[in-house]
Amino acid sequence: MPLAPTITELEQLKGHPALAKLLAWNSEAVEGAKFDRDELTIYIERSSIREACGLLRDDRDCPFNFLVDVTCVDWYPKQPRFEIVYHLLSITRKERVRLKVRLGDSPEVDSVTSVWPAANYFEREVYDLFGVRFNGHPYLRRLLMPEDWEGYPLRKDYPVEGYR
Amino acid sequence: MAHLSSMPTLEVGQDRTMILNMGPHHPSTHGVLRLILEIDGETIVRIMPDIGYLHTGIEKTCEAKFYQQVVPLTDRIDYLCPLTNNLCYVLAVEKLLGLDIPPKAQWMRVMLNELTRINSHLVWLGTHALDIGAMSVFLYCFREREDILRLFEMVSGQRMMTSYFRIGGLALEPPLGFFERVREFANRFPAKVDEYENLLTGNPIWGMRTKGVARITAEDAVALGASGPTLRGSGVDFDLRRDMPYSGYENFRFKVPVSQDGDVFARYICRVREMRESIAIVQQTLDGMPEGRIKADAPKVILPDREKMKTEMEALIYHFKIITEGFAVPEGEVYQAVESPRGEMGYYVVSDGTAKPYRVHMRAACLANLQLLPAMCGGRLLADVVAAIGSIDIVLGEIDR
Repeated sequence: MPLAPTITELEQLKGHPALAKLLAWNSEAVEGAKFDRDELTIYIERSSIREACGLLRDDRDCPFNFLVDVTCVDWYPKQPRFEIVYHLLSITRKERVRLKVRLGDSPEVDSVTSVWPAANYFEREVYDLFGVRFNGHPYLRRLLMPEDWEGYPLRKDYPVEGYR
Repeated sequence: MAHLSSMPTLEVGQDRTMILNMGPHHPSTHGVLRLILEIDGETIVRIMPDIGYLHTGIEKTCEAKFYQQVVPLTDRIDYLCPLTNNLCYVLAVEKLLGLDIPPKAQWMRVMLNELTRINSHLVWLGTHALDIGAMSVFLYCFREREDILRLFEMVSGQRMMTSYFRIGGLALEPPLGFFERVREFANRFPAKVDEYENLLTGNPIWGMRTKGVARITAEDAVALGASGPTLRGSGVDFDLRRDMPYSGYENFRFKVPVSQDGDVFARYICRVREMRESIAIVQQTLDGMPEGRIKADAPKVILPDREKMKTEMEALIYHFKIITEGFAVPEGEVYQAVESPRGEMGYYVVSDGTAKPYRVHMRAACLANLQLLPAMCGGRLLADVVAAIGSIDIVLGEIDR
């Protein structure tokens, strides 16, 4: 089964309920989209992520009411360096969508804990392992590593063996 | 660990409450979970889980391995359902590669996954009942679990860290007599579930400890990211195997047990019924097991048969290349989710076109389910915390990774 080519044209992807909803709301908040291997990724402008998430959660036709996961990818030394990745699921419509926020100059973004309380641990984990700050998080502390740990282990400039 | 310096502080005028540490070595915390409890007499005021004692940095380790070398690491995440982890990871990489898996391999995967689910639920049932005080159930459960572990040993050589699924198929053909052994177990097992239910379901003491305890509404469960039996126990009818099928689950008929009550008993009854459905799926795989290959046709990805490697030049070259330099995976990213015994287990794999994954992230069902604990236990008695922990079926290896 050869891989289908990636689609990045917004016009061709408008049929997906999440993208249609976001474009109708504020087309400037959508930086781009990608359809690859049957999965839709939408790039959201950094300052609109919380509103975009709230909008998708409360959508009447296709509510993405379930936050599956929040994680991060470090593209060091490329810029923008961090990509925060949100996986959403619509339990009623059985659809998935992936939202991404690119963080260039400063590793901080709005927390989505006010939209889904589930984001609490996920965001703490990202903060713990990547050092990305989530503004408005109720309790942003290290989750897995010791409180006094130096550095952020999942960053690409952190050696696999750790600092000696 | 992470909370050490963040103990809830007592303010003046609040001296009714006291802080109690539960764990990390408490037998009912299923591993090394530490709970910081603020209690007023026997009543829970606040509860704060503290995790990280088992953090081994598996996600970081994955980035330094070839794709096929990650499979044994996935066993060690959720050590009660290693085959589910194997499956989720190989499905994600197969999706990145665009591989087609032969039907026999898919059906074998389904069969072993359902056996894994039963295995995991048996450990859960035994320890959950043990926590609450019904000690004998543990012995009954581990009797059947031993049979399943023997089946795993037969097919993969290992009782727990199986690593039997490979990118592109299975490691080996199942041995002679394997299917007969599985069928013999599948015929025997439903009567055993009756035995467990006779001990617990109608037992008035069990009912008093579980009914109406640690209740959570469907809205709260969804908002807090719960999945699996924890979600279905609150009345949300969602199962990835049925609703977003993978690895050929669309070929099987099974019911998804749902309970509306949202308490410990509801989650108990969902899991027990799930065991019956799982064994029905195992029966269906045995009845219709397709013939044919167990590996996809992709010599650059899948190691050649041992025999071929010794006799054919080409196979030897492929073997050498896969072992020494791995195989390149086309650029892209994939999120693959499967229904693990605990809920939605997901692997997010990012490839940059090289032979090592750029990023592997595991979405741990237990990590999200653990967030329900404060919501379940607030205002209830200390003894209910033990029942609540058992009912969300956490595995600390998966939470901490």
